[in-house]
Amino acid sequence: MANFEFVLPPAPTSNVKPIFGEQDLIRRSASTITPPAKRQTEVAKLIDVTKCIGCKACEVACLEWNDLHHEVGSNTGVYDNPPDLDPDIFTVMRFTEWVNPETKNLEWLIRKDGCMHCEDPGCLKACPAPGAIVQYSNGIVDIDHEKCIGCGYCIKGCPFNIPRISKVDHTAYKCTLCSDRLAVGQGPACAKACPTHAIVFGTKDDMKKHAEGRITDLKSRGFRNAGLYDPPGVGGTHVMYVLHHADQPELYAGLPSNPTISPIVELWKGAVKYVGLSALGFAAVVGVLHHLVVGANRVTAEDEDNAGKLKQGRS
Amino acid sequence: MTNSWTDIKNTDLVVIMGGNAAEAHPCGFKWVTEAKANRGARLIVVDPRFTRSASVADMYAPIRQGTDIAFLFGVMNYCISNNNVQWDYVKAFTNAPYIVKEGFDFHDGLFTGYDETKRDYNKSTWEYELDADGYVQADDTLENPRCVWSLLKKHISVYTPEMVERICGTPKDKFLKVAQMISECSSPTKTMTSMYALGWTQHSKGSQNIRAMAMLQLILGNIGVRGGGMNALRGHSNIQGLTDIGLMSNLIPGYLTIPTEKEATLEVYMSTRGFKPLRPNQMSYWQNYKKFFVSFQKSMWGSAATAENSFAYDWLPKLDLPSYDVLRIFELMHQGKVNGYICQGFNPLLSAPNRKKLTAALSKLKFLVVMDPLQTETARFWENHGEFNDVDSSKIQTEVIELPTTCFAEDTGSLSNSGRWLQWHWAGGSHPAEGRNDASIMAQIYLRLKALYEKEGGPVPDPIVKLDWRYKDPAAPTPEELAKELNGSALEDITDPNDPTKVILAKGKQVVSFAALRDDGKTACGCWIYSGCFNEAGNNMARRDTNDPDSTGAYSTWAWSWPVNRRILYNRASSDINGKPWDDSRKLLWWDGAKWTGYDVPDIAPTAKPDVVGPFIMNPEGTGRLFTRGMMRDGPFPAHYEPFESPVVNVLAPKVRGNPAARVFKGDMEQFGDAEEFPYAATSYRLTEHFHFWTKHQHNPAVMQPEFFVEISEQLAKEKGIKSGGWARIWSKRGSIKGKVVVTKRIAPLTCDGKTVHIVGIPLHWGFMGETRKGFGPNSLTPYVGDANIETPEYKAFLVDIEPIPGPVA
Repeated sequence: MANFEFVLPPAPTSNVKPIFGEQDLIRRSASTITPPAKRQTEVAKLIDVTKCIGCKACEVACLEWNDLHHEVGSNTGVYDNPPDLDPDIFTVMRFTEWVNPETKNLEWLIRKDGCMHCEDPGCLKACPAPGAIVQYSNGIVDIDHEKCIGCGYCIKGCPFNIPRISKVDHTAYKCTLCSDRLAVGQGPACAKACPTHAIVFGTKDDMKKHAEGRITDLKSRGFRNAGLYDPPGVGGTHVMYVLHHADQPELYAGLPSNPTISPIVELWKGAVKYVGLSALGFAAVVGVLHHLVVGANRVTAEDEDNAGKLKQGRS
Repeated sequence: MTNSWTDIKNTDLVVIMGGNAAEAHPCGFKWVTEAKANRGARLIVVDPRFTRSASVADMYAPIRQGTDIAFLFGVMNYCISNNNVQWDYVKAFTNAPYIVKEGFDFHDGLFTGYDETKRDYNKSTWEYELDADGYVQADDTLENPRCVWSLLKKHISVYTPEMVERICGTPKDKFLKVAQMISECSSPTKTMTSMYALGWTQHSKGSQNIRAMAMLQLILGNIGVRGGGMNALRGHSNIQGLTDIGLMSNLIPGYLTIPTEKEATLEVYMSTRGFKPLRPNQMSYWQNYKKFFVSFQKSMWGSAATAENSFAYDWLPKLDLPSYDVLRIFELMHQGKVNGYICQGFNPLLSAPNRKKLTAALSKLKFLVVMDPLQTETARFWENHGEFNDVDSSKIQTEVIELPTTCFAEDTGSLSNSGRWLQWHWAGGSHPAEGRNDASIMAQIYLRLKALYEKEGGPVPDPIVKLDWRYKDPAAPTPEELAKELNGSALEDITDPNDPTKVILAKGKQVVSFAALRDDGKTACGCWIYSGCFNEAGNNMARRDTNDPDSTGAYSTWAWSWPVNRRILYNRASSDINGKPWDDSRKLLWWDGAKWTGYDVPDIAPTAKPDVVGPFIMNPEGTGRLFTRGMMRDGPFPAHYEPFESPVVNVLAPKVRGNPAARVFKGDMEQFGDAEEFPYAATSYRLTEHFHFWTKHQHNPAVMQPEFFVEISEQLAKEKGIKSGGWARIWSKRGSIKGKVVVTKRIAPLTCDGKTVHIVGIPLHWGFMGETRKGFGPNSLTPYVGDANIETPEYKAFLVDIEPIPGPVA
């Protein structure tokens, strides 16, 4: 019998107690920083789609830990509920019914969607607000809501279509990889709640090793294209998937097969970097772009109402 | 479960049929994941729907609901035909060689002795041939045409792969693949575990569905071994405890039975409970029945239960009917014969069949008491909620009294899980102001009743007035006090039978286990199978040691399991007739030359010789039963019967409707629909996002599945012009509901006997109270009939029709 510990969530989080502070940043949106001399051990969450039973315990754990209040929606003819990511839910299950043309068998592919924490984060690159999106040296990409201006460029920059702008406080929301839990030696809430250990968390190296064992097992069950999803187009990710059909990631509710940062983002960020806009010019560009993308900033009655509710709900 | 959740990691093959473990038991399902990841175990799912369990299975085969026996007998027939039988196990440990009486037979879907007017059998021929000493005659060659093995082979020979396809709609190639995978487990070094739940029980032949798989497991030699067994996945965290404690109208704790009115004295009652061994030298452990029974009586009435008054036998209620199950109670209520109903932790308005009948029945009560932590639909049955509860409140005179209780997280006590583990838990929070725990509410009711009897007398006040109620605070017995009472104690000094001067257990001490119980009134024990849970060693249920020598999965020092902390029942069967383990890599219990030893508490006398005493010690035969004699109402073998409402006739016995021995009340037969009027085969089930009717009261689970829906195939949707996310009306002979529609590939039409059968799936979590959107449930549609043996309602197979409707105007 194989080692019992093998499938249990590995415990490296206890010796990976990251420091989340300015001194540990390797990237900071719209800023030039000096990265720390030594990177912390890179971490990763591994989502084994082949072990996931779509129970949504991770979604509930995420809501609970982040103290989010999502509205009770309606059924739209599918199991996906809530139907999409939004500022009040940072992870959702995406269910796909697929008939495998080779075996003629139905497969129900269930993918937990959420921020992939790219090594080369498109959201951060696209972000014009200094310090609103940061990347820590362990790989986690986080949003600083105090600095976020709600322009929505991070959505355009994200090859996975993850961040969502809140209509209440007009800032971007997404999975934090539970950086607050990690800071005190805990793993992400979703991994802790997962009953089948489909979600595991640890150092990126350990997670890759764990994935190898899973892939060997899957190949023994006839999934000859089983593999790890750690796309190189974004420098690899700190949230990875084990897929039965790693040759066709699109099957899993449109997971991109080769995600890259949009050339437009690269272009305009390039311009920022090399031309060097003055602070005033920068603000003007941001203003114009923001107006074009989001529209004028107006406080509507609904905004006021929502802000009031938010205040009430959180006080 | 014969085994435990943690033992599932030891298996080679998991068969999920009659259940949906990933969806309804996601936490326990981790042990399936464990077996798959670490042992390379394979997972088979057989279900009308491609479930979440199927989504992670190695093999999925569809089956029409209500045809499991045909499928399982098909597999058994395949195994026997291909000589995939663990012969040494079958010959030594089952009743295969025993000779059955002349006259027993099976024709046209009926066993010998059927009486159509009574819907019951005369079971006199369903019995062994006994010799002059009262022992069963046997033919060890298995060649006698009247031996169980010969009769079984004949009985199942009709279930060919072609017949399975015809009845079940399972494509032959898929069936054969499943049969082949299962048959490999006849090897002594390969085991299969069966995980089932209400997908098997909620049929008019539910008990026989389970019997069929148990028989298959015996033939494969998979009972009593690590990674094997019959594993019932209990649907509530403490439903195992409910049955253990005997919260059934015909049981008292520890699976002892309530006397019937024909058993007027203790002597008569005991005369049919002698359990004389049917084979020489067998333990026939129920021979100790009287010790358990008398100790129970002593725990109830203490010093008032004496040898002179037959230990207060007269104070136990006597049944005039086989049972007062939920169907019968609501039937009686419907007839106006029930005045009051105490509904404790139960929401029958959503969970008993034929809701229209339930509402009518509840409306005839004088009073209804609801003890629950939540505002249940039952408590509000009288309140109009538009189409979701369309009643005229002014016409309902029932007085409803709600007594708010604590929920599990707000009180301390033990929960008995599926694996028979009693796990102590501690209150994690305080309850809302008016909430009280159930025990204190019951105590308050008791004390008031007692005062009334003391004041007013009455014809038989003793059972109440003399109840042994010695709790520190009579108004609030503590969980520890109750647990100690269940464990049992010595009421007098117990002396060594060989040396009366030697006290082996002093008066007042807790008994170590049920082995110490006496039938002379010197011991008390509330529930004999729980004896050992809280003895002089302390509260064993509170143990939290994860030590597991050699990683067998036993975890013997975590909590406590009944009986006597045994983790795998019948574990003596894990070794061969000489006491040598079948599989050295999965040893459990073995004979060391003088005694039984191993990783688990032996399920046999420690020095019982392996080639003399059989492993199935609760049976007078000492062997596992492929033929159950007259113990089941509907047959000593299972047989394929269609559900009462079926899209096709029974191809094996066209004249038989449903299970011929299932009870049907007057008027309910007329309320069964047929396939001409109601062409679609409906089934009901749980979804992982919700837990019964509870989590719809919680916000986050309500977000995860907010609204009632039904599921149909793409083909049926097209035929009917129903759109996914659109609305439909679904109706049966008994009621009509409406809801959103999920159109899915996961429910595919089947071809049964040349006919296309469409399936309509109806999840059960919605009502008119709570955080989710208001909705309906399957019980508005389901028929009022239950299993022939235990009356579990037939929720899993019934007929409906469906049509698209416009949605409500927003």
